[in-house]
Amino acid sequence: MDWEKLVQIIVNGTTLGSVYALVALGFSMVYGILKLLNFAHGDVLMVGAFIGWGVLGRLGGSLDPTVPVVLLIALMMVASMIGGGFLGVAIERFAYRPLRNAPRIAPLISALGVSFFLQNTVLLLWGADFRSYDTFDLVDPFTGLHVGVLNVWIIRLVVIASAFTMMLGLYALVKKTKLGKAMQATAFDREAAAMMGIDVDKVIVKTFFIGSALAGAAGVLVGLVFGQINHFMGFNYGLKGFTAAVVGGIGSIPGAMFGGLFIGLAEAFAAGYISNTFKDVIVFSILIAVMILRPSGLFGKAAVSKV
Amino acid sequence: MTDETQDLPEGPDAAARPRVGVDEWVERVAGGSEAGWQGALRARLERVPLWSKPIAFVLPLGLFPFFTGSDYWMQVGIDTLLFMLLALGLNVAVGWAGLLDLGYIAFYGFGAYGFAFLASGHFGLHWDGQWVIPIVVAATVLLGFLVGLPSRRLVGDYLAIVTLFFLQLFLTILLNADRLSIPFKGQVDFTRGPNGISDVDQLTLFGWRLDSLDDYFYIALAAFALVFVGLAFVNDSRTGRAWRSLREDSLAAELMSMPVNRLKLLAFAFGAGVAGLAGTIFSASQGSVFPANFDVTALITLYAMVILGGFGSLSGVAVGAIVINLALELLRTPEKASWIFFGLLLLTLPFVIRPLGRWLAVAVGTVVFGFVVRALSEQFWERGVEGTTPGLARIDRIVDGWVLVPADPDGLAKVGYLTLVAGVLGLTLLKGWWRTAAFVPVLYLAACVWENVMVGQPAVARYILIGAMLVALMASRPQGLFGTARVEIV
Repeated sequence: MDWEKLVQIIVNGTTLGSVYALVALGFSMVYGILKLLNFAHGDVLMVGAFIGWGVLGRLGGSLDPTVPVVLLIALMMVASMIGGGFLGVAIERFAYRPLRNAPRIAPLISALGVSFFLQNTVLLLWGADFRSYDTFDLVDPFTGLHVGVLNVWIIRLVVIASAFTMMLGLYALVKKTKLGKAMQATAFDREAAAMMGIDVDKVIVKTFFIGSALAGAAGVLVGLVFGQINHFMGFNYGLKGFTAAVVGGIGSIPGAMFGGLFIGLAEAFAAGYISNTFKDVIVFSILIAVMILRPSGLFGKAAVSKV
Repeated sequence: MTDETQDLPEGPDAAARPRVGVDEWVERVAGGSEAGWQGALRARLERVPLWSKPIAFVLPLGLFPFFTGSDYWMQVGIDTLLFMLLALGLNVAVGWAGLLDLGYIAFYGFGAYGFAFLASGHFGLHWDGQWVIPIVVAATVLLGFLVGLPSRRLVGDYLAIVTLFFLQLFLTILLNADRLSIPFKGQVDFTRGPNGISDVDQLTLFGWRLDSLDDYFYIALAAFALVFVGLAFVNDSRTGRAWRSLREDSLAAELMSMPVNRLKLLAFAFGAGVAGLAGTIFSASQGSVFPANFDVTALITLYAMVILGGFGSLSGVAVGAIVINLALELLRTPEKASWIFFGLLLLTLPFVIRPLGRWLAVAVGTVVFGFVVRALSEQFWERGVEGTTPGLARIDRIVDGWVLVPADPDGLAKVGYLTLVAGVLGLTLLKGWWRTAAFVPVLYLAACVWENVMVGQPAVARYILIGAMLVALMASRPQGLFGTARVEIV
């Protein structure tokens, strides 16, 4: 038994999983409220990654940053969260709101269109090259946690910690605040919520802002850990994020966290022990298995369709 | 019922919508749901006998090879026909049965690779077309059936993600199955990975070898005509009606004792079979297949065709395929791209800015506005007119003296582009004369951005236009050009 490899895989899987969990949360929140599969969510992540890259470039790049590293990473995160959030709000306002009462297929097609538009816009303006954050230049790859066989690069710790902080923050927001209660009510029954005096449109806008801000932050985290970003990266993260949301039970916040970690670990184990190229096959099989055996996900409640 | 609905206050576009609570079929039979000349035209079109529609497609297309001598245009013609076939097949799953199948293009790829496996030097098999085509089509139908299986338990959106994931898997396998290790045989090169299979045989049908582009064009045309007629009959059959009932409300259909699951699988399999057939012709006519032919871009392009034409209408989706494929093809060439761009603007604007007088005011206003801005720029900001557009069409030379073309537009290009996107979105928020007035600077900005940024990379710009078109169509006319408006059950 190769303990070092096993530990490494668990660390990789947790890192990847916390990113998936962030994406899954955005998916799950939007799906819970609008019953809409937001295909453009992965592309918000991509735009967030590019915003982070832009901030990094403005502040001197990885080799020669003009501000302390901690501040730099914080600034990148904040910028991409704000940028991603507003992008999400704009998408909701112009692509989904006009279709609020349209047949269900219409917003899905619109979402495909938005996704295609964002990808090709970035391709047009920034080109098809892979961009790199060069995090190894920014933070020495040997700093971090070293205990026995456990070697964790500090950036991975930062990614996992910030993802979990955001998730816990979101959980508290949904459970404790008035906005969170309004979100739950809207997700439960939009019409009834509107009748109870909840401004449904406002709640939806805020949901989009929060979900997309998380995706934007996830974009920066991806850039920090996995190094390379390009215009097409959003597709993969969107797909995995949605899978995580479904596996965990769509509409459930702990479910999205658990689903993200589960998919991340499954992918890391598949890549480590079975085949790196065919890891997606395993993730896909998990998705199919969950959908057939427990369509409401591991944490979700079974949907009752009203007639 | 009717008394109640008449008492309800009617929205401004009440005439354009089908009445609430009226069945689609009743709506259609009771008369067009649209007022004005469009409604009259639709009512007219619906009274055209069924047999005349395939003839209306086949006759002009059949004459096409006589008018063109160039191989390039024949190739475009074959491509267009294949996309028309695919659009027909996708229409079965999405337009009739209402299943959002985002893995559809994988069936096309499966058909193409299936032909390449059985008739190429790759495995040393050189079977005849009359055997390969039925085998491959049957295999694709089976695959469609298998992919459809989990769909029995999934509502629309889940199905979309499963099928999208299936497409992703299909591409992963195509790209990576070039060094599979199989027990007892060692490494096997199954798909040749990203290099594709490039020694595919020509199609041989009962000893007749298709060796010119004209032959393939006619084979594709024959396949299109057959599928069109076949699907038209299916649409009018029991199964066709059952599919539509499924699309409108699958729960109600189930209550009416429709075998919902079987119908879904059937729709999947039908669509997949058509894609498999198109794939075999594609493979044989190109002589090569690559994984890149079957990616998400191709999928969204196909969706754009079906949506522009109108879900559920056979002739609609075929027209959509022709329009989109030709537009994309012309947009790709820098010599023609600008003609298409400005042509599209001129064609669509009268529908956006109505009545005609306003449209004329906007057109004249934009031209004047441009010259004023250009003159101002020459006075105060000389850099703005120093460059030349990278466009190669004659219209680019004409427009060059009218738009702002900075010498080194890189940073400005991004600002300009993003401002344009914001401007177009802002337009949708304005109403009345404000909107008309705001069109002038936005249109001028669009021309500037096109000439500076987009015309240099038409291959990317065209997909941006497709994406924007999808969003705009969904917001303004989700039924496309020829589709019938959906009735939402409230």
